[in-house]
Amino acid sequence: MTEGIGARVLRKEDKRFITGKGRYTDDIIEPNQAYAAFVRSPHAHANVKGIDASAALAMEGVVDVLNGHQLTGDGIGNIICGWGVTSKDGTPMNMGAWSALATEKVRYVGDAVAVVIADSAEIAKLAAESVVVDYETLPVVVGSVEALADGAPQIHENAPGNLIFDWEIGNKEPTDAALASAEHIVEMDIVNNRLAPNPMEPRSAIATFNESEDHYTLYTTSQNPHVARLVLSAFYNVAPEHKLRVIAPDVGGGFGSKIYIYPEEITCLWASMKTNRSVKWTSDRTEAFLTDAHGRDHVTHAKMGFDKNHKIVGLRVNTKANLGAYMSLFSSATPTYLYATLLSGQYNIENVYADVQGVYTNTVPVDAYRGAGRPEASFVMERMMETAARQLGVDPAELRLKNFVKEFPHQTPVIMAYDSGDFAANQKQAMDAADYKGFEKRRTEAAKRGKLRGIGFSNYIEACGIAPSAAVGSLGAGVGLWESAEVRVNPVGTIEILTGSHSHGQGHETTFAQIVAERFGLPTENVAIVHGDTDKVQFGMGTYGSRSGAVGMSAIVKAMDKVEAKVKKIGAHVLEASEDDIIIEDGAVKVKGTDKQMLWHEVGLAAYTAHNIPEGMEPGLKESAFYDPSNFTFPAGCYICEVEVDPETGVTKIIQFTASDDFGTIINPMIVEGQVHGGLAQGIGQAMFEGVVYDPDGQQLSASYMDYCMPRADDVPMYQVMHQSTECPGNPLGMKGCGEAGAIGSPPAVINAITDAIGNNNLNMPATPSAVWAALQEASKQAAE
Amino acid sequence: MELKDTRVIKADPATVWKAILDPEVLKQCVPGCQEMTGDAETGFTATVVQRVGPVKATFKGIVNLSDLNAPHSLTISGEGQGGVAGFAKGGADVTLTPNGSGTELAYNVEAKVGGKLAQLGSRIIDSFASKMADQFFQKFQEIVEGGGAPAASTAQPAKQGGFWAWLKRLFGGA
Repeated sequence: MTEGIGARVLRKEDKRFITGKGRYTDDIIEPNQAYAAFVRSPHAHANVKGIDASAALAMEGVVDVLNGHQLTGDGIGNIICGWGVTSKDGTPMNMGAWSALATEKVRYVGDAVAVVIADSAEIAKLAAESVVVDYETLPVVVGSVEALADGAPQIHENAPGNLIFDWEIGNKEPTDAALASAEHIVEMDIVNNRLAPNPMEPRSAIATFNESEDHYTLYTTSQNPHVARLVLSAFYNVAPEHKLRVIAPDVGGGFGSKIYIYPEEITCLWASMKTNRSVKWTSDRTEAFLTDAHGRDHVTHAKMGFDKNHKIVGLRVNTKANLGAYMSLFSSATPTYLYATLLSGQYNIENVYADVQGVYTNTVPVDAYRGAGRPEASFVMERMMETAARQLGVDPAELRLKNFVKEFPHQTPVIMAYDSGDFAANQKQAMDAADYKGFEKRRTEAAKRGKLRGIGFSNYIEACGIAPSAAVGSLGAGVGLWESAEVRVNPVGTIEILTGSHSHGQGHETTFAQIVAERFGLPTENVAIVHGDTDKVQFGMGTYGSRSGAVGMSAIVKAMDKVEAKVKKIGAHVLEASEDDIIIEDGAVKVKGTDKQMLWHEVGLAAYTAHNIPEGMEPGLKESAFYDPSNFTFPAGCYICEVEVDPETGVTKIIQFTASDDFGTIINPMIVEGQVHGGLAQGIGQAMFEGVVYDPDGQQLSASYMDYCMPRADDVPMYQVMHQSTECPGNPLGMKGCGEAGAIGSPPAVINAITDAIGNNNLNMPATPSAVWAALQEASKQAAE
Repeated sequence: MELKDTRVIKADPATVWKAILDPEVLKQCVPGCQEMTGDAETGFTATVVQRVGPVKATFKGIVNLSDLNAPHSLTISGEGQGGVAGFAKGGADVTLTPNGSGTELAYNVEAKVGGKLAQLGSRIIDSFASKMADQFFQKFQEIVEGGGAPAASTAQPAKQGGFWAWLKRLFGGA
């Protein structure tokens, strides 16, 4: 089957995307729609003493100006964090109140205090400008370390000292004992820089209240429309679920930032009821920098011990995680269960202990961003391993090889049980492809040209396929993380797959159709994927954490199992054969070893006409399934980055980037390679270009593309991407997930390569030319002393 | 951000001092000032229109003169709200020192911006503030040296000379 598993099928969705026929939220036009513009605080921390909207209300075309007191007065609930994390002392996390429109206090620049609803977007924006807000400014704190210091400005009353939680994982005493008796100690301060997510399509929402039916419809840029409906109903009291339809149509990228239910969607829904108009809001790019949940922002101290044979005996990590001014939906899980559970890396370490302080600051809320905790973990592990190799004077590949987990399943001291992998095989594949043996020769050659050449490894492991519902429930998750699917075979034999996964760039319309093609021998053009609409799909948990393959497709497989069973029964009945002799291949139902067969559409027609089906069988051919995974999946790999630094300018060029990944079964190598390419570009972006910058007053100085540097095509090399896979034993297709690996694995490889080139390990991300140049100057100054 | 500069004005400190306290002079010296009311004792209310990089805004704010030590030093401070554009605030410590037949006027400016001004204009805020200060004191110098008679003309962009001014223009942009 040319379109089945493993085939490079071209993306079915690209025809509409590349011809400009995608249908995004901002393309939706409702009759009589109005536009929302938010009045946002220019101060990072201030009391709101009053709002004078009289000038705005007097403007022609302004429908209304609404504020937070009205919103809370109408019973709209505060924004929740969906994962409760418990501190070391057993106390629950200290979550401050977050109203969609601020009432008494603003806590970051961009915090909305009012919304203008007007006949046009231009009028709304102009009117918003004329709303006068009386602010009484308060002292500001921006960094997590500063926020925890004595005397820091207090941001939420119920989080004393700005501490949201002080959480721990692992075995503390044995880890300390192991480190105390270790032969060698490697210790480092590691900063993971704050990033803005930057999906190509900015966030957008259009809400319509239908007064005659008491019903709301919300089109929104969401990665998980069912979760949005659930939260909007159960917590924000917008409307009960059967009175609220949420549709996420084509969505242009998410990277995590579109998981959450933001103040703007809530406000549009409420304002639609207040004004009896459809209310549309579309973020501009600077608004996106100011309000889309940011990623990363960790300050970490790590200590790793080795015995005399260079085996790791223990790892202790402390991380201060900046969660911004409010707790976003999964902000508590990202720097805890999605981070510290990966602090054993690819290595067999008996003793690991980590504690994490979640901290409020006067900045944009921080949550999951492509990789969500795992990039932070791999950055700690792989910077530590490379640094250890340098300090121990051994080859970094050898040191890793010596410490790899080699037997599976492997239980780490930090919850995770790795189910499969062959880390040495990935490392060997990458080293061969990168010609690691020939590196010193290339370094010498580069030196002749006055360039500093360096090479760096990153042997990442991550956890995808989130997640076994009971397990995450026991760790504090407010939801189960299964997935659902429905397979509808039409009377003419074409198939609709309804899935709770959501595609916002992942290519589900192609890959999901491929597993149907594989199973029933049908062309993918006969298969349609339906997703993103709570009225069409019964329920779903959405797409994030590279879960659509391992969890979403597994649900489809389970539903296809049921369809197959029914098809075989119908086939056996019509063809007068034993069910055990029925096989399905090449779009036909056949009796094994004979030439008797029914074509696929004949089976469909038989099921729906019900003229001749087994006695007692229900007519029709439609099955659904829920799939709850039994474990996380563990994609892993080896990345090798080779760079050249110009010592005169600090400009770094990536000469070669080699990626060998273990993603388990691959449905469509072309799409997987695309995911890796994109992930690598984002990881290289974090390592060398991107970083959100705040001034001490909490003003975001990098809120446009003039100041926030995204990687461009000429900043990244032609990647060498390859696979060396072991099948995942935990799900029916053997899949592990590929959506985030590139962004998780690449930053440490880049920084390890640059620090190798310049001979100074003290280098933070983003390694801009000025940072690299400064590190070079520091190195030469130290050398002179 | 902070910036410092000095300039020599061909007038004695007492004349310079008197001009500083003159609201008509002040109005003409604040770049982009559309309207200014009030007096030196109680402070001034001003409307200023400015474009900082991509952000054009009308600032409504107050200008205060404080720490008056005639005819030696004072502080000029201002704070403006520009609506959605954000806010700007700043102060200049000014000292007057006799210099031959003239007066050396030294200033030390500190400026802060917030909101859209900071988000979009941070790269150019330093050069912008430097340009504003230059324009303010250049105009002030012209008025004082021109006999202190405030003509009701709109502020002209500062004429700058010399290497540093050339560099500022080269990198300043705005």
